Amino acid sequence: MTSAQLEIQLIASIVAIACAIPGTFLVLRKMALISDAISHSILPGLVIGFFITHDLSSPLLIVLAALSGLVTVILVEFIQKTGLVKEDTAIGLVFPALFSIGIILIAKNANDVHLDVDAVLLGELAFAPFDRLLVNGADLGPKSLWIIGSILAITVTLLMAFFKELKVSTFDAGLATALGFSPAVLHYGLMSVASVTTVGAFDAVGAILVVALMIAPAATAYLLTNDLKKMLVLSIGFGVLSAISGYWLAHWLDASISGSMTSILGVLFLLVYLFAPSRGLLSVLYRNKQQRIEVSLLTFLLHLNNHSEEEERHINHLNEHINWQKVRSKSVVDLALKNNMITIDNNVISLTDKGTSFTNKAIDYIITNDDTEIESMKEDFFLFRG
Amino acid sequence: MENKNLAVSVDDLTVAYNYKPVLWDIDLAIPEGVLMAIVGPNGAGKSTLIKSILGIINPIAGSISIYGKPYDEQRKLVAYVPQKGSVDWDFPTTALDVVKMGTYGSLGWIKRPKQKEKKAALEALEKVGMLAFKDRQISQLSGGQQQRIFLARALVQNASIYFMDEPFQGVDATTEIAIINILKELRKSGKTVIVVHHDLQTVPEYFDWVTFLNVKKIATGPVKDIFNDDNLTKTYGINYKVSVQQ
Repeated sequence: MTSAQLEIQLIASIVAIACAIPGTFLVLRKMALISDAISHSILPGLVIGFFITHDLSSPLLIVLAALSGLVTVILVEFIQKTGLVKEDTAIGLVFPALFSIGIILIAKNANDVHLDVDAVLLGELAFAPFDRLLVNGADLGPKSLWIIGSILAITVTLLMAFFKELKVSTFDAGLATALGFSPAVLHYGLMSVASVTTVGAFDAVGAILVVALMIAPAATAYLLTNDLKKMLVLSIGFGVLSAISGYWLAHWLDASISGSMTSILGVLFLLVYLFAPSRGLLSVLYRNKQQRIEVSLLTFLLHLNNHSEEEERHINHLNEHINWQKVRSKSVVDLALKNNMITIDNNVISLTDKGTSFTNKAIDYIITNDDTEIESMKEDFFLFRG
Repeated sequence: MENKNLAVSVDDLTVAYNYKPVLWDIDLAIPEGVLMAIVGPNGAGKSTLIKSILGIINPIAGSISIYGKPYDEQRKLVAYVPQKGSVDWDFPTTALDVVKMGTYGSLGWIKRPKQKEKKAALEALEKVGMLAFKDRQISQLSGGQQQRIFLARALVQNASIYFMDEPFQGVDATTEIAIINILKELRKSGKTVIVVHHDLQTVPEYFDWVTFLNVKKIATGPVKDIFNDDNLTKTYGINYKVSVQQ
């Protein structure tokens, strides 16, 4: 691995981490689309900053671009507050307008610089190592590494300092206000971080893909955990994983690095969506199937509980009496047998003591909705997990 | 309730959404130590009244004071239980963590909850009978349990005045009784409790003070004096008869 390769992976990973942190809060605040808006509408700020400084990595340029990101947020909220259109419509109105102003500014004035539309939309990580930070002739590494590294350092510091405030205002803005943590301050703080991060990541991955880096890792992590801190750690992990594996995929395919990174993120999300232990599609389907069988089991046990006469309890009559398909009857009987709830004697089914007590507890729970008695049953049965 | 301190005093409060008044020139004096219901039809401004007192909504006119001073200075004396539906219960957090949020106010900015706050949160969970569920993800709790968690979060604030927005909405009978018992205990220990309430039948049984509200204030005072068909009719518009068995 050459040092340039290492630098690209390092930049990609840091971009991914810096995006994943604000991204997690955007996802939880149901504001994923606003990151899309910000990433496009920072363009006019970027272009104007470039005209003033003639330097793509000047701090002024970053500040101006981040400001136009904030202007987007404010405009969206302003239009939304008129009550004439909904938030998604407001977003759809604001960012294309700002973005196209940027495009026109580039086309009119910046034909001779590397600020072109392709670079804006897709970014180019592969060139990042060529633009070095030189101080008194000493090479301190790629400029973009310094830029995004500083942004990440600020983001992490703010996150550590205001984690509890961000959490409470995201979960319950009303309580946050009552406790004296102004949700507006936190909201615009978060939006500023998101804007600055977008500007920093923009150079590397472009306006479209930066959205994926903010949203996809957080959305994937959301499916896997019930803990905000773990969600942040997982988002960061998925971001870094996609950065490094994306780089090597691009290397192998000889294709765009940012494109490969986001493709990997897409695949990761799909895998988690399918296979996540409790919220994944497969486990939800499995749980639904189990619950269906458990409801049948309960119906069956109730039937046995209510009928002492033998013909009602004969195994061959089960199908006609409870009106079930053969396959279903068999899986229900098997489940009951496995749990020692019934005995089959001469093809006549009887409830065991365990079966009787289970049935009674289950009925009690269904009637009273009081789940103190059934805590032990939650382990084995999905039905009682609420 | 003779000549006690005023816990909350609302003067000439007017609130409007898009220039449409929701609350109109409200004067309200809530004495210390009452357990008060705010009743009124849908859209009467009950939640808005609480939110204005707590600074969550900015009124267009009027002033609020808590024990004689503005809310901003008295924040720590006040606890708030919002409507259960106002938050996203799929948020990745546990019951204990939500209760801990109640301690954030006394911590202030940046400082994080430590052992002391955790202990207080655990005690509050025990008071509402939810200690066994402390590590449960909040979406895995029933509606009644979620409401108890919210109550625990208010208890941990150890406030003097409690504001609750429809704490009995969508909860089972057991939880309702558990909650009202805790509220009565709070009153016994000298706290003031203000509850937005929907079920008129239970007002005389649960509360000792009541405010009738419908954009304007209709009446406020002891339940035994003012909870009658006359005020109910004025508040609800139609000839509303709840036979008040006292």
